[in-house]
Amino acid sequence: MGMTLAEKIIAKAAGRPKVAPGEIVTCKVDLAMIHDSGGPRRVKPILDRLDVGVWDPSKVVLITDHYVPATDDESRNIQAIARSFAAAQRIANFYDQQGICHVVLPERGHLRPGMFAVGGDSHSPTGGAFGAYMFGVGATEMAGVLATGEIWLRVPETILIDWTGKLGAGVSSKDMMLLLCAKLGMDGGRYQAVQYAGDAVRALPMQERMTLANMAAELGGQAGLIEADSITKDFLRAAGADVEDDESWRGDADATMSEHHVFDATALEPQVAAPHSPANAAPVSSHTGTRVDVAYIGACTGAKLEDLRMAASVLRGRKAARGVELLVAPASLRDQEIARREGTLDVILQAGGRLLANACGICAGYGDERFGENVTAISSTARNFKGRMGAATSNVYLGSPYTVAASAVEGRIADPRAHI
Amino acid sequence: MSGRAFVFGDNIDTDVLAPGKYMKAPVEELARHCMEAIAPDFAQTVRAGDVVVAGRNFGMGSSREQAAQALKILGVSAVVAKSFGGIFLRNALNLGLPVMVCPTTEQIRQDDRVAVDLVGGRVINETTATTLAGEPLPGFLLDMLADGGLVPHLEKRLAAKRETSG
Repeated sequence: MGMTLAEKIIAKAAGRPKVAPGEIVTCKVDLAMIHDSGGPRRVKPILDRLDVGVWDPSKVVLITDHYVPATDDESRNIQAIARSFAAAQRIANFYDQQGICHVVLPERGHLRPGMFAVGGDSHSPTGGAFGAYMFGVGATEMAGVLATGEIWLRVPETILIDWTGKLGAGVSSKDMMLLLCAKLGMDGGRYQAVQYAGDAVRALPMQERMTLANMAAELGGQAGLIEADSITKDFLRAAGADVEDDESWRGDADATMSEHHVFDATALEPQVAAPHSPANAAPVSSHTGTRVDVAYIGACTGAKLEDLRMAASVLRGRKAARGVELLVAPASLRDQEIARREGTLDVILQAGGRLLANACGICAGYGDERFGENVTAISSTARNFKGRMGAATSNVYLGSPYTVAASAVEGRIADPRAHI
Repeated sequence: MSGRAFVFGDNIDTDVLAPGKYMKAPVEELARHCMEAIAPDFAQTVRAGDVVVAGRNFGMGSSREQAAQALKILGVSAVVAKSFGGIFLRNALNLGLPVMVCPTTEQIRQDDRVAVDLVGGRVINETTATTLAGEPLPGFLLDMLADGGLVPHLEKRLAAKRETSG
């Protein structure tokens, strides 16, 4: 019996010829990503108490993105701790206010197929879009990884999600994920490995694939995986990664999948998730006409270069409706600069968009920018839990960048296919 | 030892447990706002030794371990749920907060007196004089919990290593 991609990566990291679902193994970590919130300010006191440093600074990537911009003393202090930690631990891979960790990490060439990686953030499964096994952990667990270079895990089953057919115009990977949240539920992933496959997945550009892997978190999966192909390798090589041409980081044809779901991308309509759960997703037609106060294009899930391009394709030559605040927080500085050069950003700003920092922003809900009492927003982000992005009385609908842009133009939740 | 049950439903998320607005404050302050969005009195009324009882997918969402830490600071002695968000489960154990999967938590009512037997893998409801079967944790995680969590566990391991090598 062959192994799944997840099993192959975990077996290599555990130093075993073979692993099977359910086994508990200890793995050597190829890469540990930390950010300003769960990173230095939380792990440093633990490393100090253990009287150890980082096991291998070359395998650590530190990215500040949560308390950005630092607008008060607490946030500035958190950023200062991150900077002094990077210096003291000789972490050369330090990206200070360059964008959101999940987007910056591959953009700077740190991921490769077959890697076993952990991140101090729940959207760390994003790395699985590149054929790496990557999952999120809390700060104490991360401190353990930084101290020892190791982590335990229960070898996951693999849940295969096949997308046949071809996405229509104005439909995106975000719609695929919202549909999956509704169909499988927010614990449908059962903390196992969720693997995406099929023609519709292979046809996606890299950053759209990242949205699939990213929202494995919303399915409750430990990791989200897509086998690497030429699109993956081209992206990573352009980012400066040293990617080999071997095909070993694919699952075996006779590997066992614990579940196999098939969905038709051709029939997929734009999806909108009503407050306060991504699992409340339904076709956009169930919500068209709902008035919105804010349209937010942001986060690792919904403001990468590809997401900005989707929004701009709707907004070109149009304006946000009177009374609607259009906010855009490009997921990385590099993506923002490319969008600026190619004119994408200008389209959004001309439509009335207000540019926010390249950071987690309102999605994390840690900063000054939050939704006020009774505000209704439509957002390209991943989570609309009660009170996460603003007041407990605010109502957040989730949609694709296309849908957010179309809703900004109409002032009401709108089907983007009429605007493409 | 038993405690009073505080009962919650499915999909209690980390933003409810550890609201983002208070994430930059000291965790003791954040803990006072734990569950505020859905149960404004929880943080004020829960007492040392009490037990949080929930449905499916408790602690889903963010990796912020303040979600588990807040419960611990409030004195919660254990969380029993039908299932947990994977990262929350690991965080809780790493911080020394006992957690156990129990498929029949709907049989526990608010304010029941319950005791959690981690080693035996069961929940004893003293109010109804019933015992619910749970899923015992693997031995190495029970050992870590007995040490008080990952940090004291690692301290012990590193000290032993230094002794043998030194």
